[in-house]
Amino acid sequence: MRQRRLKAGIAVGAVAALVLSACASERVEDAEDLGYDPDATLIIGTAGEVTSLDPIYTADGESIRVARMIYDTLLDIRPGTTEVVPGLATSWDSDPSGTSWTFELRDDVTFHDGEPFNAEAVCANFERYHNLEGAAQSPPYYWRLLSGGFANNEPEAGLGEPNYQSCEATDEFTAVIDLAEPTSRFPRLLSLHVFGMHSPAALEEYNASDLGPWGDVQWPEYSTDHPTGTGPFRFVEWDQATQEVRLERNDDYWGETPTVAEVIFRAIPDETQRVESLLTGEIHGFDLPAPAHWDTLEAEGMNLLVRDTPVNLLYVAFTQEGNEALQDLRVRRAIAHALNREGLVNALMPEGAEVATQFTPPSLPGWADDVITYEYDPDLARDLLAEAGYDEDNPLELTFLWPTEVTRPYMPSPQDMIELFAPDLEAVGIEVEPISMVWGTEFIPAVIAEGEGDLHFLGWTGDYPDAFNFIGTWFASANAEFGFDNPELFEKMAQADQTVEEAERIALYEELNREIMEFLPGVPISHMPNAIVLAPNVEGVVQGPLANERFDQARILTE
Amino acid sequence: MFRFIVRRLLQVIPTLLGLSVLLFVWLRALPGGPEAAALGPRPTPEALEAARARLGLDEPLWVQYGRYMRRLLNGDLGTSTVTNRPVLDEFLLRIPATIELAFAAMAIAIAVGIPVGYFAARRRGRLLDGLTLSGSMLGICTPVFFLAFLLKWVFGVNLGWFPVSGRQSSGMNATHITNFFVLDGILTGEWDAAWDAAIHLVLPAVAVASIPFAIIVRMTRASVLEVLGEDYVRTAEAKGLTTKVVRRRHVLRNALLPVVTVVGVLTGALLSGAVLTETVFTINGIGRYLYLAIQTQDYPVLMAFILIIALIFVIINMLVDISYSIIDPRVRVR
Repeated sequence: MRQRRLKAGIAVGAVAALVLSACASERVEDAEDLGYDPDATLIIGTAGEVTSLDPIYTADGESIRVARMIYDTLLDIRPGTTEVVPGLATSWDSDPSGTSWTFELRDDVTFHDGEPFNAEAVCANFERYHNLEGAAQSPPYYWRLLSGGFANNEPEAGLGEPNYQSCEATDEFTAVIDLAEPTSRFPRLLSLHVFGMHSPAALEEYNASDLGPWGDVQWPEYSTDHPTGTGPFRFVEWDQATQEVRLERNDDYWGETPTVAEVIFRAIPDETQRVESLLTGEIHGFDLPAPAHWDTLEAEGMNLLVRDTPVNLLYVAFTQEGNEALQDLRVRRAIAHALNREGLVNALMPEGAEVATQFTPPSLPGWADDVITYEYDPDLARDLLAEAGYDEDNPLELTFLWPTEVTRPYMPSPQDMIELFAPDLEAVGIEVEPISMVWGTEFIPAVIAEGEGDLHFLGWTGDYPDAFNFIGTWFASANAEFGFDNPELFEKMAQADQTVEEAERIALYEELNREIMEFLPGVPISHMPNAIVLAPNVEGVVQGPLANERFDQARILTE
Repeated sequence: MFRFIVRRLLQVIPTLLGLSVLLFVWLRALPGGPEAAALGPRPTPEALEAARARLGLDEPLWVQYGRYMRRLLNGDLGTSTVTNRPVLDEFLLRIPATIELAFAAMAIAIAVGIPVGYFAARRRGRLLDGLTLSGSMLGICTPVFFLAFLLKWVFGVNLGWFPVSGRQSSGMNATHITNFFVLDGILTGEWDAAWDAAIHLVLPAVAVASIPFAIIVRMTRASVLEVLGEDYVRTAEAKGLTTKVVRRRHVLRNALLPVVTVVGVLTGALLSGAVLTETVFTINGIGRYLYLAIQTQDYPVLMAFILIIALIFVIINMLVDISYSIIDPRVRVR
């Protein structure tokens, strides 16, 4: 009896082995025909771990990068461009007031858990954002940016009235979203994967909205183990011991089938180690290599994909509050003429970086080609300062705050920057006191929320392709960072934000850019290209100006 | 023995209390704070204020401390201000990596250090002895992180013999039960995963082992030399015992006594070496996590991790005392 079983076992095993080997050889042939391996795993090194797999609770690039793989958004960005194109919504339009938006949806989409994607699911998502309570109101930076508040604001959260009003599924694949006021953010900001669409069933099953009462955030199961979207990859595992997030191909994806079987995001916080791991083949690529590493990486044969129309800006801000000198336009202009911006760009930035003329990158509509410019002219700077009453006997004294332990896509090395700009200012007779602060814990709260110091470096990387994402960030209302009150400017900004007709809005942005450069709240310094680097055997990734690559069409070439 | 252990543990309490006060005050005296973490790129003054209130940072220092200690006594170590995960979870997740590294390093240091030291003593004044002495001096002098970088550069990046980062290759899809990856591989029979984890340990463990190795070599050598000159060894030899028996029973056993003490003390040095080495090799252990927590001023993590490390330190020293009394029957606890 036992022997017979053994024989049967051997027979089954042999057949299984034959079938398996047949499958395997078929696959190898496939790979040879295709020129790439469809069963490969793509490993991307990241600068940090995700904070939550539920992107509404995140605002950092590392989390949004993973969300981009798992989730789809209503609006999308065409790869390699800043153009807004259909995502899960095939079209969208508003009533003339710009407060009621109708989204026509795709009818062929299913969530990873098998639930159908439809207008009810869209409304469930928006209603969920709007009704977040307790600790869940603390992390959603972008929802606060989009709507300004929640249905029931926590008293301690310091929020305003929500702009979002309601969402209605008028038929199976049509959703209508109503706002209190029109805004340029809506619906463009929905192209950011923070607003990926979740399966309502999974949200409920895994308590996605329950982060506990106001106070310490407690991540629900959904945020750590069960993200469920419609994207090209399904979530498999977040191994916090190895700091890896593992995703597998969604074979039922409504779009183009992904060309790799798995994607792993692996946190390697130190840039030098990311470079080494790439060179030794432990990872296939990573985002935002420091410009200082570009030559080495290219010399080693890596694919350096440069985003050469960067949607970013580095600027020097004037904090006018409590500083009479900076409230004097002549002084602000003097500083603008004193700074050798071209010198800084040439010395510290990679090829393709350009001196900024205004607070909007040239790749976005709303950039004006006729703003007033401030050439490097130390003599003129000295004259303007003298006019304002500052000379050798009565020198202008300013503090200049600069961040440490940070590089940003717009800012390669703050220390080198201050070492160039402080002498520029001193050359025209300004006494500068440079003050360094640690980026996340000290610098950001000090300059943005507290308005400390007189001058400081800062910048911005675009979230979505609209000029308001830049000028609206700084100049839509009085804020501590710039410390001035200019009701006329704020009003015009609000008017532009609420203008529904696109051409009209863009004309207003151009006008605003001209006015801002007249008023000169700070000095725009530069737009800097950045890059993503991949191993020589990886193809199919198209770099985008908004740094929003998806890796679903990445191909790992067979040797 | 039991009373001894209890007494030693009781002595720990004032030490830890003092340390907690110092830490608490020191952390809050640093410029900046953790409140801006997770508030997005442009925190408003209101959001910052709300975060401060949420974290209790707007209270007087002594109230904050009292609240912290009350939670601590209830076994609540708090929540990381960066990841929003319970600090205890963060610690338990990472301590296996550090222990694994420290264990591998100590194993290398002892397994190689004691024989080398012993043979150097036996060949005193010869070439091997000279090489050992100068080599161990180099080991003591070389900063661990420099050695770590050097090893990584030569054997990882250039020769490609060993991996340069992490604890296991991505895509290994290994089963993790204890989070001691080598052990997990053995327990689950995933031999490739165990081997892969072991290979990842080699360079960091050698780097961390450098200082303990050098000290163990020197201690063993000196100790063996001393014992070799003792009367009882000469007596044993004179009685006609075989060289093997004399060496094992009389020389080595007695010579190891000071070495054991040193091994205990070195465990502390090992931990500090692990902090730097974990950072160099991107090992997700408590060392690297502490390094990152300092950068983000993650108060709850820094407090809890440093207190736990201090506690581990004390316990290790106690274990050394106990083992001392076992190896040497003359040392008895009174």
